[in-house]
Formats: sequence, structure tokens, C-alpha cells
Amino acid sequence: MIIKNDTVIAANRFGLGARPGELDYIGDGPREWLSSQILKDSALSGAMKKLPGSISAARKYVRFIKLQKDAARQADARSAKHELNMRDFSPYTIYRHHAVARAIHAITTTDPFLERLVHFWSNHFALSTTNRRMFGLVGSLEIEAIRPNINRSFYELLLAVEQHPAMLVFLNNDQSIGPDSRIAKRQKHRKTGINENLGRETLELHTLGVNGGYTQADVIEYAKAITGWGVGGLGFDRKRAMGKFYFNPGLHEPGSRTILGKVYPEGGLEQGEAVLRDLARHPATARHIATKLVRHFISDKPTAACVDRLARIFLESGGHLPSVYQALIDTREAWQEVRGKYKTPQDLIYSAFRALNYLPHNSNLFLRDFNALGQSPWKPGSPAGWPDTEAAWAGSDSLYARLQFAGEMAARTGSRAEPEYLAASALGPTLSNTTMKAIRRAESAEQGVALLLSSPEFQRR
Amino acid sequence: MVTRRRLLQTTLAGALLPLVKGRLAFAAGPGEERFVLVILRGAMDGLAAVPAYGDGNYAGKRGSLALPAPGAADGVLGLDSLFGLHPALKHFHALYQGGELLVAHAVATPYRSRSHFDGQKLLENGTTKPLGADTGWLNRALAALPGKPGDDEAIALAQAVPLVLYGKQPASSWAPSVFRALDPLTLARIEQMYQPDPFFSGQLRDALEVRKMAGNLDDKHMRDLGSPGSLGQLPTMVKAAASFLTDPGGPRIAVLQIGGWDTHANQGAADGYLAGHLRALDEGMQMLKDGLKEAWKKTAVIIVSEFGRTAAVNGTRGTDHGTGSAAFVLGGAVKGGRVLADWPGLATKDLYQGRDLQPTLDMRSLFKTVLNRHLGVPEGALEKSVFPDSKSAGILDGIV
Repeated sequence: MIIKNDTVIAANRFGLGARPGELDYIGDGPREWLSSQILKDSALSGAMKKLPGSISAARKYVRFIKLQKDAARQADARSAKHELNMRDFSPYTIYRHHAVARAIHAITTTDPFLERLVHFWSNHFALSTTNRRMFGLVGSLEIEAIRPNINRSFYELLLAVEQHPAMLVFLNNDQSIGPDSRIAKRQKHRKTGINENLGRETLELHTLGVNGGYTQADVIEYAKAITGWGVGGLGFDRKRAMGKFYFNPGLHEPGSRTILGKVYPEGGLEQGEAVLRDLARHPATARHIATKLVRHFISDKPTAACVDRLARIFLESGGHLPSVYQALIDTREAWQEVRGKYKTPQDLIYSAFRALNYLPHNSNLFLRDFNALGQSPWKPGSPAGWPDTEAAWAGSDSLYARLQFAGEMAARTGSRAEPEYLAASALGPTLSNTTMKAIRRAESAEQGVALLLSSPEFQRR
Repeated sequence: MVTRRRLLQTTLAGALLPLVKGRLAFAAGPGEERFVLVILRGAMDGLAAVPAYGDGNYAGKRGSLALPAPGAADGVLGLDSLFGLHPALKHFHALYQGGELLVAHAVATPYRSRSHFDGQKLLENGTTKPLGADTGWLNRALAALPGKPGDDEAIALAQAVPLVLYGKQPASSWAPSVFRALDPLTLARIEQMYQPDPFFSGQLRDALEVRKMAGNLDDKHMRDLGSPGSLGQLPTMVKAAASFLTDPGGPRIAVLQIGGWDTHANQGAADGYLAGHLRALDEGMQMLKDGLKEAWKKTAVIIVSEFGRTAAVNGTRGTDHGTGSAAFVLGGAVKGGRVLADWPGLATKDLYQGRDLQPTLDMRSLFKTVLNRHLGVPEGALEKSVFPDSKSAGILDGIV
């Protein structure tokens, strides 16, 4: 079978990098291969279903804090069992489990396009490990809100995210109190008020986009509309179901709200949901999402034509995500330039492990690699998520770190690797003569692998 | 060779990079003054670092954390009749006696809540609100340095450029790699393979140039030293900072950050966890002085933390998030040997909200003073762009 550029593009740009044999498997049906992945019901693997979700993370957190207090009180009497419990209940342990499971899945999945989409949305709805509590929660959003909704409508995805405990805690909506709500009126002596953090980011980052035509007044009105959206076991809702979304009518700001010129009558929980429904099908949202998708999959500089087309399909399909993904697959520009995108560190790491078909015994290796290249899972440091362009990731010393990573990977896989075979199975016809020659002339298999992973064609997708 | 021109071409990327270490500065401009900002993340206990042993309420408030007066076993290193230094800060004490360390106390940013995240944001963005700006004051100050705009640049000894240095002006960052060194032969082959590709060959050339400037910091020695910002990496970071700052073509401004100051439980007094951190900071600053050699004479260092901790010891032999803290200004360019403090006192009625050291000095005054008097940033720019709404935090005389 002759492998064409399109096959490589499907595997390396849409997917997470070809594993040995993947290019052959895709063969001359790259578009069909991609389309088949977006018809799947969800992106949840069996192993992922066992990971601690938000409820478990919240429960463990409470235990962990108690254990820590005990430890501080009786520093000398700490038992081995206590230490073990501390580790078990620690938010950092939960974080590590999620991060490692996610990396292993990305490296082994046979639906890499679907997985890339999961990572795309996870970054669109970015969380960050800003405090200890968030370490335990960051992984659960992807598992509980993103993966199950990856191929549904944007509204379903959006709603699941905005009502997820991890998002509500991260952007402080659990602390937002309507100034005229029942509870605020009862607690006159306490300082109460709305926290507009989630409201703002929902408009700016999750839906309309920063130039999406909303005003500060819209932010406040929307933040008021979602007052009462909180999490059981926390803050005012301490006695409710731990770690679950909980709407507390007592915190909700009464009255109608006007957002983007439309009046939403009082309606408790439904009020905020009605706004979200409109935001999800707003033309500015369609453009914002389309731009980000085109930037992620095609080019750092999305052309107006590509964005227009995707945005139109987004609107026409009512935000039906598989239709939008299909439109992306059908975009001519996506198949033109073979190396259009500079890999992010996560892209590079996944694709290197995939290309070498390598799974480490020590799963901490993943975290070390991510950390060393500057893109640790769920640590973008801002709700805007990781940047998605070459300008943001290409820097001379960051390239040096990438080369060291290549050397490190080569050392891990050792001298029994077959670099020429690996190069062909990772890059197919896009492997350049220069790189091929360099690999052939390598003094050892290890050096050959380092050269493959360092090559310009491997550093891009 | 990294040419000035090529450096400028990559500028835009550099400013945005989470992981740029490649963009290095040319100190071609005016002045040889160096400035190092050290951020202690996690809220340093100012009353542990600089105990007010002479305050009548000190021993009572601090309880098991209180340190004895100078001269006693484990006693503080006396500065004057009111203040001393933690016994782990031996080199600080020597610097103080040599007139090269100014101790400031009851210092705070305008932030008056107790979130590390927001407190650090505000410390770094230079405004009065956590989301007041998405760039850092030091980056905005770069734009206002005398000389040609863009001619003075700065480096963060960190994997990613921290907010304080993030913004439109070019800024680079450098951190030791956790990976083993590339063997020279493989590197040579990669260089050869990159030849037809201008992007990759250019980037690699720059990278090698930067690494040369970082000095002989053998990557092998840097492995497994702990995570970035951790105590274990401090000596490496300090050595690298000194190496960058003394390079004729290198930057004049550096940012260091050290985490691990959030001592809620078992922080220790003369010995223990916090003492270990203070000792590392103390040794780190001596190492910086040694590494800067002649350049130390023209150097000012500011050491700050986002806020202080409660005056009183808590139920777990630690301290909780507070407000006022101590800060240090040191270096050959500093007129030190004294404590700068309008001491509010430690009686409960004198504490902020009855629990924290009441701030009496705006941290921005220290920053503005060093930027203006040491680096020559004009006052107008300080008020307008670097620290907006900071009129109340004036420039101080007689510090640098």
C-alpha cells in the first residue's frame, strides 16, 4: 500500500501522532478514519471510569484536611497507617492518578482524533491547580463533563462544564451570593455579594470571546443569573450532597436579568440555563469556537474563509459538535501543508511515546517530562488555558529542552530500537531526505531515535 | 553568534513564552546598575525573619515561636533595641553591619485579603486589584528605562516568565533542565540535520549561545534537585543569575522566586522548617554577592513576599495568612545598616483586624524607589504606567 501525505496528516495533525502500524491501518481512508471517531458516543475508557470524580475528590479532601490537622496536633505519634492514609487522600495523589491515566490513554488510544478533541475542549474550558483543593478536582471535569459530551451539542457540553463542581470552585461561583437573595438579607452583618469570576470567563473565554460584543453590565447580569450555582459540601451548602452540583435558591438573586439586550424573567436555576442556551448558539460564540478549532487543527493564522464556513455549520447545525468536526475534516486547507503546526510540549510528548510505542514502568516519568517542557497537565496558570501557537511555544531554550527530551526518550528505549523503521512508521512519506540520511548515519540506534524525535518534521504536525 | 537583530526578531514570541530561555538581553544601554527581585511565594512570616524582640507584646503573641533576645542561646541577631534577625540569617547580619542591607518592616502591598493567588497577582501586576492588569510592573518598567526602548532586558530564573516580568517588553527565562545533558556528538548531528531548515537551525544556534552565557552549569549536576522554585534549586538559580548578570552581553535585571513559605503548621523557631528556608535564602544571597563580584557594588536586591502571617502562633505551632511582613533591600548600591519601620506594635488593638501586623509601609514605595533612584525609571512613568494609582506610595530618600 502506498501511504500518502493525507494519511500522515490524519495521524499526526488530527491525531496524536502515528504509532507503528497506524499509517498502514489508516491507509487510503484518512477522512473515513477520522469520521468514524466522531460518531462514538463518548470518549470514556474503562480505566477512566474508575478515576476519582468530583464527589470522591471532595470526600477525600475533607478526610485529608482532618488527617493533616491530626498530624499537626500529634507530630510525634504519626503512625505508618496515618502516613498511608495521608497519601491516599491527598489531592496531589488524585491529580497524579488523573494525569497519568490521561497520558497513558493518549499514548495508547486508537481514537486519537477523538482524544485530541477532548484535550482541545479541556483546554478551552481550562482549569488550573491554583490551590490544594483544585489539585483533586482538575481531572474530574474532563472525565465527568467533557468526555461524555464530546460528540453531543455545544450547549450540552457547555452546561455540563458550567455546572461542574470543579469549574464552580475554580472560578469561585460557589462563593457568589445574590445581594438581595434570601440568605444575604438574613446575614446583614456579613459581607455578601456576587463573585463575577465565572460569569466573566463564561462570556469571555467559554462562549462569546473577548470581542464578542458583551459589556461589563452583561457580565454582572449573567453572574447574578447564576448565583446559587454551587457545590454541595462547600461554603453555604456544607450540608448538601458532597461534591455535587447544587442549586441553592436561597443564594439566588431574585428578579429578571437583561443580558445582550434580552430579558430573562426570574426562574431560579432555569434562568441561568436559559442564558447559557442562548450564548451557546450566539453567532459570536460560533466564530469564537470556529477560530479556535481552525487555529488548533490547521493554522496559527486562521483564514476568514475557514472560520466563516465552520461558524456557519456550527450555527446551522445548532452547535451539533460532530457536524462541526466533520466540517473541519472537510476543510481543504487542513490537508494542504504537511507541517503547519508547531507541536506543543504535550503534543510532542504524546507523539514521541506513540512513535516509539513506549510505555514507561515508572509513570512519574510522564509528569517529569511535562514539567520539564513547561506544560504540566491542568496547570496553564490562567483560565484562558494553554496558548496554541508557535509564537507561544517556540523559543530557543525551549527547543533545547525538547532536544534533551529526545535524547532522554532515546536513552529510555535503548539500543534495541530500530530508528529507520520507527521513522518510516511515524512520518511515512513526509520524512525528509535530510532526516533519513542523518538517521541512517547515526552511530547507534539510540542516536538515531534522538535524531528522529529532534527532526523538524517530528517537531511539527 | 546571536546578533542583536535576530534577538529583536524573536522578541514578540519571547514576551509571551511560558518557556523561553533563549531571549537574552544586551546591557548595551546606559548604566551598569543591576537589579534583582526575589519573590518569596507562600507568605513569609516577617516576624520570624525579623523578630521585634524589643516589643513588649512580642514574646506573649509569638508563644512557642518567640526567639530570645540577642546574646542568649538561639537568640536573635540584634539590629537595634527593637529588631533582630532570625539566627539563620547570618550573612544578612554581616551585610547589615557592613551597611549593605536595609531591613523594612510592617510592609505590605495594597492587597488586604488573604489569598496567595490574588496576593501574588497584585504584588506582580503592580495595581491595586488582583485582575488589575495582565502584565507585570517590572515589564512595564522595562519600557520606561532610560536609553533606547527595548535595549534593556530582564531574565527570570524560572521555567516560565512570572507575571511580574510578563508583558510587551522582551523578557527571557532560564531554568535548569531536569533532563540529562545532550551528548556533544548527537548535538552536532542535530545541528547538521537542521542546516536546511532556517527556523530550527536559528533556534538551536541561539539556544547554544544562551547556554554558554549561563556559565558552566553542567546539566548533570542539576538533575533531581527538586522542582523549579524549590529550595534545592536555589543555589543553581542564584549561580545562574550571577552568571547572566555579569555577562557583558547579558541582562541587568533578574527575577528569582522561592516557594515554600506557607507555614501553617510546625514552622519551628530557631531551628526547624522555616529556619531551613531562611538559611537557604541567607546563603543564596551571599552566593549572589560572591557571584556578582565587582557588579555587586552596582546591585540592588529586593526580597518580598505577597503578605505576612498572623502575629500570634496558631493551634498547630504555625501561623496563618496575615497582612504586614518584612522586606529586605540589599546590595552594594544600597544605603543599608538600618531598619526602615514605622512600627505599629504588636498589642492586639494595634494589629490589623486584631490579628496581623498592621502595614505602615507600602511595598510599592520600595519598588518605586529602586526603579527610580537606582535604574533611572522616570517618576512620570512610575505613576502612570508602572504603578498606576500609587501616589500614596512615594519614592523614599536615602535608600539607594
